Amino acid sequence: MDLSYTPEQQAFRAEVRAWLEAHVPAEPLEHFDATREGFEAHREWEGTLKSGDWGMVTWPKEYGGRGLDLIEWLIFEEEYYRAGAPGRVNQNGIFLLGPTLIEFGTPEQKQRFLPPMASGEEIWAQAWSEPQAGSDLAGVRATAVRDGDDYVLNGHKIWSSRAVFADWAFGLFREPGTERHKGMSLIFFPLDAPGVTVNAIRKINGHVGFAEIFLEDVRVPAFNRLGDEGQGWHICMATAGFERGLMLRSPARYQVAAAALAGLWQDHKQDADPVLEADVVRAFMNADAYALSIYQTASRLMAGAKIGPEASTNKIFWSELDIHLHQTALSILGPKAELVVQPGEHDWLDDYIFALAGPIYAGSNEIQRNIIAERMLGLPR
Amino acid sequence: MDFTLSDEQQMFAVTARTLLGDTCTPDHWRKMMERDDNTDPERWAEIVENGFTLVLLPEEAGGMGLGELDFALIAEEAGYVALPEPLIESAGVAAPMLAALAPEHPLLADPEATIAVAHPLNPVVVDADRAAAILLERDGHAFLARADQVRLTPVETIDPLRRLFRVEWDADNAEDLGLADWDLALDRAALFAAAQGLGLAQRAVDMAVEYAKERQQFGKPIGSYQAVKHHLASAQVAIEFARPVVRAAAAEIGHRDVQARSRVSHAKIAALEAADKATRASIQVHGAMGYSWEVDAHLFLKRTLALTQSWGTPAFHRARIAARLFTQPAGPDQTFARETHAAAATREIIHA
Repeated sequence: MDLSYTPEQQAFRAEVRAWLEAHVPAEPLEHFDATREGFEAHREWEGTLKSGDWGMVTWPKEYGGRGLDLIEWLIFEEEYYRAGAPGRVNQNGIFLLGPTLIEFGTPEQKQRFLPPMASGEEIWAQAWSEPQAGSDLAGVRATAVRDGDDYVLNGHKIWSSRAVFADWAFGLFREPGTERHKGMSLIFFPLDAPGVTVNAIRKINGHVGFAEIFLEDVRVPAFNRLGDEGQGWHICMATAGFERGLMLRSPARYQVAAAALAGLWQDHKQDADPVLEADVVRAFMNADAYALSIYQTASRLMAGAKIGPEASTNKIFWSELDIHLHQTALSILGPKAELVVQPGEHDWLDDYIFALAGPIYAGSNEIQRNIIAERMLGLPR
Repeated sequence: MDFTLSDEQQMFAVTARTLLGDTCTPDHWRKMMERDDNTDPERWAEIVENGFTLVLLPEEAGGMGLGELDFALIAEEAGYVALPEPLIESAGVAAPMLAALAPEHPLLADPEATIAVAHPLNPVVVDADRAAAILLERDGHAFLARADQVRLTPVETIDPLRRLFRVEWDADNAEDLGLADWDLALDRAALFAAAQGLGLAQRAVDMAVEYAKERQQFGKPIGSYQAVKHHLASAQVAIEFARPVVRAAAAEIGHRDVQARSRVSHAKIAALEAADKATRASIQVHGAMGYSWEVDAHLFLKRTLALTQSWGTPAFHRARIAARLFTQPAGPDQTFARETHAAAATREIIHA
């Protein structure tokens, strides 16, 4: 155990910091889920990141990455959030599909899909859930029928984040006649392909950040299938492991928010309920605990371990700490909590509304608790 | 940056788990309670033989010269078996304090002897009557006295495997060892209480899991019901996010700065809250059985209660975290930051 950064790691942090200070836009961009303009501004930012080779630092160099290790990734993320850099519009691609492609893809697939993912030229949405397959994802009904060198896709996908403006989606499809976990494949399709209809769904914050997708005889080459036919469930679970375990939510995100909360408290404590100080301290503890846990996980993975069911504990912890942190902020703001802020001000209210989605997406916290109970603790199904 | 235990540390933890698991079983707890006692000479002999009392002593005092992280691994296993002997207080807090003040002290030459410690934050002293000596505080000085040089009054506690005493004493009748580092004693004690909390919590969950697999209601094991699963999953989440804090606190304790103190305090609060959550969930999952003396879950609940309030209450420790949060930079690049001299000076001015 050595909890200090090496001189190389410190130099790397300084390099990231200097680049971000020179490049992060002075004015915050419009949210990528709010409008097409906001989305495209974020795509442009992804291109700027790519120009400095910061698109996806952990990927191999030949696919647009820097081949860095997970501790360096954490340092990059810390500096990224510290700098207040724009949200990653391509997170479905770079954090979820990317690592899965690197593990399961053919060299040709990696060459085709990873570089434009790292540069933001192709932005990805996830197309897993269906109206009848949410928490019970094995209930997917959308089909993929093999026809020569192609698949013909049909079905109805829903709750696809970014799908309104994104270019590509990766979806779960089953061979007709198969049931549950068998017979599913993970297949990529362009969101502008003939037969694809995308309908925006308004979220409770008013944004159109997710969508339902209808597929009617959508033809894609078999090249777009990741892994073997019928291996889709296995691959999805690998993606979900990354999603819950490490990459989806950087600890830095919450450490920045906890530090801002401490500042909010200092500014308002004359007028606020004194008991709230304990919650401010609690928010700081939670964010730090999450960071320490992720450093521990990163160290273990670098020492050769694999992500297991304990990944589900992360998702519960960060989603609950996020809500607690933002509820505390709103309590400090008191009667001003409900007021919509001006552009440029810290938007505790919108961040609170966003935090409420945390226990739902990426597998509801109820499902995560089942996974912990069954696979970590060994309780019967 | 490396947040893993070394191979030696992992082996050490396994040794502690095996030794304590074999010598401090539910059967041992029951026999001790029948005797109205909290010690087992055979177990203590094995603990001593394996060097657990020498871990934190410097080599020049005949010890192993290892660190707080190594001892925290033992403390975690001590929590897992609700160890009744004062291994943690004696070998984790008192003996290293004595060694720092008087490295040649003859008491340190006897690895079987225990030393009790009366910290000003605690109104009572654990196992004071059997200790070869008691470390006492006055005006920042440490005094050493034998049990027959002080007045001990037994105090009843709800924890049936814990023996407590009030201590009255005269400085004239004790050995003045000079100014002592009572803050370090507190940091170590709080850290090892946290480590025990992890063990207490995990044992409470493990006991409940075993019961929930066996106990049938409505024709199925109760552990197959989500309401039961979710109690235990939530407790496990609390454990998983306390453990890295305890480990980091152990690794950083030697820095002695406001960040290190804050992390110890965080560890103490988080681990004992996890233990509180886990022990109460364990009793709930055991149902009426859990409320009976026959099921051992209550031992873990009671030890948790005792450790939560000793060596600094949650409010005391929260104030130390607030001191770090409100006087030092916070943010994602500050997770492992150390207090700068400038920051320390500012803090002194604020507190003066």
